Amino acid sequence: MKSTGTLKITTPTDREIVMTRVFDAARHMVWEAMSKPELLKQWLLGPPGWSMVVCENDLRVHGTFRHVWRNTDGTEMAMRGVYHEVVAPERVVRTESFDFGCEAQSGEQLATVGLTEQAGRTILTLKVLYPSKEARDGTIASGMEHGVAASYDRLAELLAATPSR
Amino acid sequence: MKLSQRLDTTFAALADPTRRAILARLASGDASVTDLARPFAMSQPAISKHIKVLERAGLISRGRDAQRRPCRIEAKPLAEASGWLESYRRIWESNFQRLDELLDELKTQEEKRRHTKRGDQR
Repeated sequence: MKSTGTLKITTPTDREIVMTRVFDAARHMVWEAMSKPELLKQWLLGPPGWSMVVCENDLRVHGTFRHVWRNTDGTEMAMRGVYHEVVAPERVVRTESFDFGCEAQSGEQLATVGLTEQAGRTILTLKVLYPSKEARDGTIASGMEHGVAASYDRLAELLAATPSR
Repeated sequence: MKLSQRLDTTFAALADPTRRAILARLASGDASVTDLARPFAMSQPAISKHIKVLERAGLISRGRDAQRRPCRIEAKPLAEASGWLESYRRIWESNFQRLDELLDELKTQEEKRRHTKRGDQR
């Protein structure tokens, strides 16, 4: 597996998370992978065990999007929102809110995606501004709970597969 | 306490330079309140207040020795707090690794198309 960049995550203010990642591909390609539903479904999955079952993406100003993810245990999580700025292939601003399944999150968050190209590579910057510090910390903590639950599941599988003596 | 509440308490306790300096000092070994107060231009009661916040957050514990009651750093909440961003990072890292693979595929497809086009022109 090739990984061109390490993911940088910072929390510049109480209400923000900023992620930066470099991709070894031209900007128009990264834009395409982040815009076309059939491509988004292939990579935007979250913790192990989740898949994206619905992906609607009307990428234009005032256009809406809706993503639904489903876990192997049947649990669903959905995110929807509206595009406010769309400047292909370099910038997107949209509001995002969770439909259900993610209790930690309350209210709308504002996500800004920036793509810049440098010598054939693309630098992605994703900034999410949360309605409150609690909402931001809750989102990160819920990611942690999913992560921990997933590792417990794997442990359970492993234990089930181990013959008892 | 729920994980998110514990994290709130941990981060609130960490959101102060004096308390972080106290933790940094304790990371190299247990110390009494007097020892801890020494490097700071602060009264002992002020330092004691910070120590109480750290103690309530579970970041430090106090020894039984009635005279000195040395402070000791507690690893668990700190491990949880660093795991906090770590698991979020892992989720996004695996998303972006899948995106890397997809971009490789797209590049190969684009290369192929370009070659076919060139072939047509010839």
